[in-house]
Amino acid sequence: MSNQTHDSVEPSYLVAKKGLLSWLITVDHKRIGLMYLVATLFFFMVAGLLAILLRTELFTPGQDFMSAQTYNQVFTLHGAIMVFLFIIPSVPAAMGNFLLPLMLGARDVAFPKLNLLSFYIYCIAAVMLVLTLVMGSLDTGWTFYTPYSSTTGTAVIMATLGVFIAGFSSILTGLNFVVTVHKMRAPGVTWNRMPLMIWAIYATALIQVLATPILAITLMLLCIERVLSIGIFDPALGGDPVLFQHFFWFYSHPAVYIMVLPGFGIVSELITVHSRKHIFGYRAIALSSVAIAVISFLVWGHHMFVSGQSELAGVVFSFITFAVAVPTAIKVLSWVATLYGGSIRYTTPMWYAMIFLWTFTVGGLTGLYLSTLSTDVHLHDTYFVVAHFHYVMVGGTVIAFLGGLFHWFPKMFGRMYNERAGAISALLVFIGFNVTFGTQFFLGHQGMPRRYYAYLPEYEYLHQISTVGSWVLAAGLFLVLFTLLAGLKFGKHAPANPWGGVSLEWHTATPPIEHNFHHIPHVESGPYDFPEIDWDSAKH
Amino acid sequence: MIATFIPPDKLGTPPMSESPWALLPTASNHAAALDTLYVFITILCVISMILIIGAQLYFMVKYRKRSDNDRTNPITHNTKLEIGWSVIPSLFLIVIFVWGEVQFMDMSSPPANAIDVRITGQKWQWTVAYPQFPGGPSLSCPGNAADCEPTEKTPTLYVPLNEPVRLTMNSVDVIHSFYIPAFRVKKDVVPGRYSNLWFTAIEEGEFPVFCTEYCGDEHSSMLAKVIVLPKSEWAATVKKATELKLEEGETMAHYGERLYGINGCAACHTLDGETKVGPSFKGLYGRTEQLSDGSSLAADDNYIRESILEPNAKVVAGYSPQMPSFQGKLKDEQITALIEFIKAQK
Repeated sequence: MSNQTHDSVEPSYLVAKKGLLSWLITVDHKRIGLMYLVATLFFFMVAGLLAILLRTELFTPGQDFMSAQTYNQVFTLHGAIMVFLFIIPSVPAAMGNFLLPLMLGARDVAFPKLNLLSFYIYCIAAVMLVLTLVMGSLDTGWTFYTPYSSTTGTAVIMATLGVFIAGFSSILTGLNFVVTVHKMRAPGVTWNRMPLMIWAIYATALIQVLATPILAITLMLLCIERVLSIGIFDPALGGDPVLFQHFFWFYSHPAVYIMVLPGFGIVSELITVHSRKHIFGYRAIALSSVAIAVISFLVWGHHMFVSGQSELAGVVFSFITFAVAVPTAIKVLSWVATLYGGSIRYTTPMWYAMIFLWTFTVGGLTGLYLSTLSTDVHLHDTYFVVAHFHYVMVGGTVIAFLGGLFHWFPKMFGRMYNERAGAISALLVFIGFNVTFGTQFFLGHQGMPRRYYAYLPEYEYLHQISTVGSWVLAAGLFLVLFTLLAGLKFGKHAPANPWGGVSLEWHTATPPIEHNFHHIPHVESGPYDFPEIDWDSAKH
Repeated sequence: MIATFIPPDKLGTPPMSESPWALLPTASNHAAALDTLYVFITILCVISMILIIGAQLYFMVKYRKRSDNDRTNPITHNTKLEIGWSVIPSLFLIVIFVWGEVQFMDMSSPPANAIDVRITGQKWQWTVAYPQFPGGPSLSCPGNAADCEPTEKTPTLYVPLNEPVRLTMNSVDVIHSFYIPAFRVKKDVVPGRYSNLWFTAIEEGEFPVFCTEYCGDEHSSMLAKVIVLPKSEWAATVKKATELKLEEGETMAHYGERLYGINGCAACHTLDGETKVGPSFKGLYGRTEQLSDGSSLAADDNYIRESILEPNAKVVAGYSPQMPSFQGKLKDEQITALIEFIKAQK
């Protein structure tokens, strides 16, 4: 792809500067990316363990080891930490930070100091959210619906301020990435030669910049209502509780795409590199990311079909929601078509990409039941919805994130991991995930409501299957952790380009030097022009 | 221990379906229509899944790496194919959208002759009231127990078979949502406004009602049931269920116990000394209480009466002022009965 040579004698970014302080005040996007990675993985583990507690409590219909209050606080923290401290920053801030400049052939992001500031803002937000645990905890659900959140005695203000501050981190990162993509592409990296990972992160960054302020304003209004008793959302003060839902979902639906678009980007990279194929429909995948980003601003009302919004609004939102299904389907079909005629290597990242196609397809198709007005009336706020969004968020984003982690781990740390352990982790995650959440679709159509710590005995059988599945899933995820930690300590040294990738991050040393490239590369071909591709056969 | 919210294992409705994998009973006009669409979407999803995952698995096996000298196909796009797989799914999506929209509009338009029933949501119980019948909210015993304790009774919506019923619902505190899975109907119950849903029950039986909008601690126990009766029995049953008066030979304290159950007092006031949202009634009568303003007084008849009608006037220290007033909801005779009941909790 480039004429860059890498006869590096310079030390890698990991050891170029030494000491804790050199990490804490670094402006190197790779180090900031790694710090995000450690922080987000930590919160993934915390929120994941909370989920295991929830599933274990649900093993029997009655109340077991958690009181109603504890259960409500645990599911709230599970959701809030997963969404605001893990999924939203995981791929864009952790992986995006590490990869974006490397893939563009740049020495860093456009505003390196702002980048470090974003990280510390994220840390402050994380501390505030964790502090709610000490301050009497939070029991509103991650959605903070009013008037419950205006009236409950728990630490709502602390939590909403935490999320408010996390939003600034997200906005600044998004801004930084948009500018970087526009201004810092290496010569020859035209818009049509950007890896799809970059397109996905770019579309994500646009949503982050445009949508997050709405969340900030909404949460600010909530705090103002609580502190100053000004009626905005609480009907007791003359406010309108449904207005809160409009404001909240105006951010939080686009936020779903903040979470999942970067996963799409990762999968595009994994499938091409490990099947040695040019991506099928580059332009369609790239533009569908942008199309999804734009349409995602116009579908928020599909969370509110039974909330009491007008029927006409419901119809419009349902229609636009169906429209967003089309670009999503285009992506999935293009990925499958990419496999055609390839030479597929079953590496750990590729197994995760293959699992993604299954889980994300299930997640996407079950969205049809929920975008349909009448069937949503039955399924809304049941386990069907829980299963659907876990298939999209975990089956989409987290699976892609794990695949990406295994794919770029050698680039990040210069070490390989045990392939067999990696493949077994993928198998456990696949089985555990589908058993956990597949059964929840059936619970949902049977009418089991979400956010219940106790339930009718007729749901016990399915809940038990789901709980056992969650234990398998947890075992798989711990195996991922052990595989990577063992790789870090005992793994073989990674070659510069272990998978034979042609995008720019593989054209520098592994791990990269501090300024990424000795000379800014000059790019003359696309990111998916693998040497194995038999271009001649097309001419016959 | 007595509770007015119904722990899920005490609701006592029969299981809705025989197998957890089966569809629910089609107990309302909407249920039958909605299930047809549900099955249609499921068939489409299964076909799509087989096509997509089938192609994936086929490619995964056929194009696995065979040697280091493998050459791969140079295809980068195929405009005809891409247009095809954008347009064909879109056509199916439009069919689903229109089908769902038509059903939704029907579900949102109650017929003019529908029987009106009022539902009130409150943390954490439903109250069912029938404007055509005088009297209290309708309740029934759990399961088929004919002689249950008054405080064990479940809020119950009685509806006649094959007659349209319209529920007009509101909430006195936070958002709740009224959901009858067997009828496939659900609507949020929002404070400060009324919301509606309607249905025609087409199957006799007893079905659970859930709250599906998270509303705090006992959200899981905010349950009720629907009992579908033949039209001929309906009016008599409702009349009996909503009757609220001192029965022949009943003591004042026992009547008070019934009122304690019906009015949801147990959500906050226990009888066994355990502290919940409000003070327990055990040993309350005659006790000297420290108030939040620092003064103290004895809990006598007049204090209890005031606390029922103007709950937040004198709050015992350590509790927050959040009890709703029962002014206008309880008659004098009923307040007296409640005081007698509290007096009996020694």
